[in-house]
Amino acid sequence: LAGDKLDEETWEEVEEILITADVGVTSATQITDALRTRVKVLGTRSADEVRALLRAELLAHINPDLDRSVRTEPHGDRPAVILMVGVNGVGKTTTAGKLARVVVGDGGSVVLGAADTFRAAAAEQLQTWGDRVGATVVRRGEGADPASVAFDAVAKGIEEGAGTVIIDTAGRLHTKTGLMDELGKVKRVVEKKAQVDEVLLVLDATTGQNGLRQARVFAEVVNVTGIVLTKMDGTAKGGIIIQVQRELGVPVKLVGLGEGPDDLALFDPEAFVDAILESS
Amino acid sequence: MFETLSDRLTTVFSSLRGKGRLSEEDINTTAREIRVALLEADVALPVVREFIARIKERARGAEVSKALNPAQQVIKIVNEELIEVLGGETRTIRFAKTPPTVIMLAGLQGSGKTTLAGKLAKWLADQRNTPLLVAADLQRPNAVTQLQVLGERAKVPVYAPEPGNGVGDPVEVARSSVDYARRNNHNVVIIDTAGRLGVDEEMMRQAADIRDAVSPDEILFVVDAMIGQDAVNTAQAFLDGVGYDAVALTKLDGDARGGAALSIRHITGRPIMFASTGEKLEDFDLFHPDRMASRILDM
Ligand SMILES: Nc1nc2c(ncn2[C@@H]2O[C@H](COP(=O)(O)OP(=O)(O)OP(=O)(O)O)[C@@H](O)[C@H]2O)c(=O)[nH]1
Ligand SMILES: Nc1nc2c(ncn2[C@@H]2O[C@H](COP(=O)(O)OP(=O)(O)OP(=O)(O)O)[C@@H](O)[C@H]2O)c(=O)[nH]1
Ligand SMILES: [K+]
Ligand SMILES: [Mg+2]
Ligand SMILES: [Mg+2]
Repeated sequence: LAGDKLDEETWEEVEEILITADVGVTSATQITDALRTRVKVLGTRSADEVRALLRAELLAHINPDLDRSVRTEPHGDRPAVILMVGVNGVGKTTTAGKLARVVVGDGGSVVLGAADTFRAAAAEQLQTWGDRVGATVVRRGEGADPASVAFDAVAKGIEEGAGTVIIDTAGRLHTKTGLMDELGKVKRVVEKKAQVDEVLLVLDATTGQNGLRQARVFAEVVNVTGIVLTKMDGTAKGGIIIQVQRELGVPVKLVGLGEGPDDLALFDPEAFVDAILESS
Repeated sequence: MFETLSDRLTTVFSSLRGKGRLSEEDINTTAREIRVALLEADVALPVVREFIARIKERARGAEVSKALNPAQQVIKIVNEELIEVLGGETRTIRFAKTPPTVIMLAGLQGSGKTTLAGKLAKWLADQRNTPLLVAADLQRPNAVTQLQVLGERAKVPVYAPEPGNGVGDPVEVARSSVDYARRNNHNVVIIDTAGRLGVDEEMMRQAADIRDAVSPDEILFVVDAMIGQDAVNTAQAFLDGVGYDAVALTKLDGDARGGAALSIRHITGRPIMFASTGEKLEDFDLFHPDRMASRILDM
């Protein structure tokens, strides 16, 4: 969006910026049309002003006023319970490790529950993270019932007087009914022991339009309370979360910025929008 | 919201039935619908643009004006063009004249490389090869253990001289694996590497160093079918950074349309060789361009 002239090309460019950020063609067209109308009403002349208006429009879509805090604080003698969910390979286990690191860094204590009993070496991977950040890991052998591992992790958390229990679950595609039912069961079984405070849906920033479908189904099955947008250290912009937030009303809370233990940040709407506009 | 392209085009064309020749306006309306369908399928914007230009040209031609049902004719053209781009020279693994044949996997984090290594090993072993899996991801927590478990399941030996989790040199592991394979009569070597981002220069250099150490017969770029518009950047970055001969598309068991297949094939000219369709070792197939075409367009 350089230069001074506003013509058809400008609007094509705006739409292009949004589409290549994975905002989705329908949303991109809507946002562009809304911007066009505003520009007409305001009598805006320069590309710089259009840019500022687009930034404001995008920010409004992301709703900067949503509560994005992650509930990691214990209540009474019960630890806070956080469930990590999402499709395969998005970064659930890594985020569980990083989040534990944040809580431990703040003086809390964490139990990690290895309820991915399916993927090869999933429990070992979580154990490595536990060792790395100083968290207890509750695990059982491959093929164990994930719901009972999750239950045991919460029991261990209560017994140890831990402040936070983070349960890692196996990656599953939202289209697999059996696996989604299993996830619902994990949550219900945990709820027999303690309240589940957060269900964090992990979305990979490189994901395209399928991200919305993932979010819809996961939200239906386990009532997602927050989104984690991972792999934002790459070139992908993660624009799909605009549709996800709007449709589900679930805020993005955290952002993954790398593979290291400290590469987790609170979601910053302004930084997110600026990254989308960066390429323009 | 997710109407099929067939539905959409049928609606567009219902107003023009019996008109014979398509006007320029009809063609533009049609092109817009196709554009939306492709973008909803995550086909990369620059690819969509070129693709549409070709479709438009053919839609102006005689084959459409003479058709009884222009909608069906246009859909047929779109489908043909898709298969044309997706297909090209389909082929399978090229074996080296002197064994071992070296196959190296590369891709973004979590795209499905390690799982694919296990699948490929099983697939090759089932065809009476004697593959060796090589644990050259020494970075991701327990990537080595993961490959060992998969090797056990596939009944394929795993070369893992280093424990990983930050310990060991992946270039050295890759290099020595080829000698080890030669000494132990493995005719294929499959090298699993760490996930990396296209923008991570250091990690890209490492991939290139592994390549230079083993001179692979095939480098496979492993990509998640759910990837969106970033497919272009990533496919190009890996092409520039390490290069690859073919593509393996993973997680096709979900409901992602998989427009990345079209984008990557179109941009890089590299064929898509394998389709990964689940978490189990046998969920693996050669790539079928015709199935992919109807999947992208949901026809
Ligand atoms: N660059 C980058 N890589 C990440 C990030 N988060 C996770 N990863 C990497 O992505 C890969 C997959 O991460 P995991 O945490 O194993 O993902 P998962 O969702 O638990 O995967 P499954 O349990 O197999 O479904 C690993 O190589 C991680 O190191 C991130 O924010 N940035
Ligand atoms: N549903 C499904 N899951 C798959 C498929 N291929 C791999 N996965 C899963 O995706 C996740 C990531 O797979 P990995 O093989 O660990 O991916 P990777 O590329 O080696 O990951 P990094 O080494 O961390 O970069 C795991 O949960 C796998 O089980 C597939 O075709 N379908
Ligand atoms: K980014
Ligand atoms: Mg995991
Ligand atoms: Mg791997």
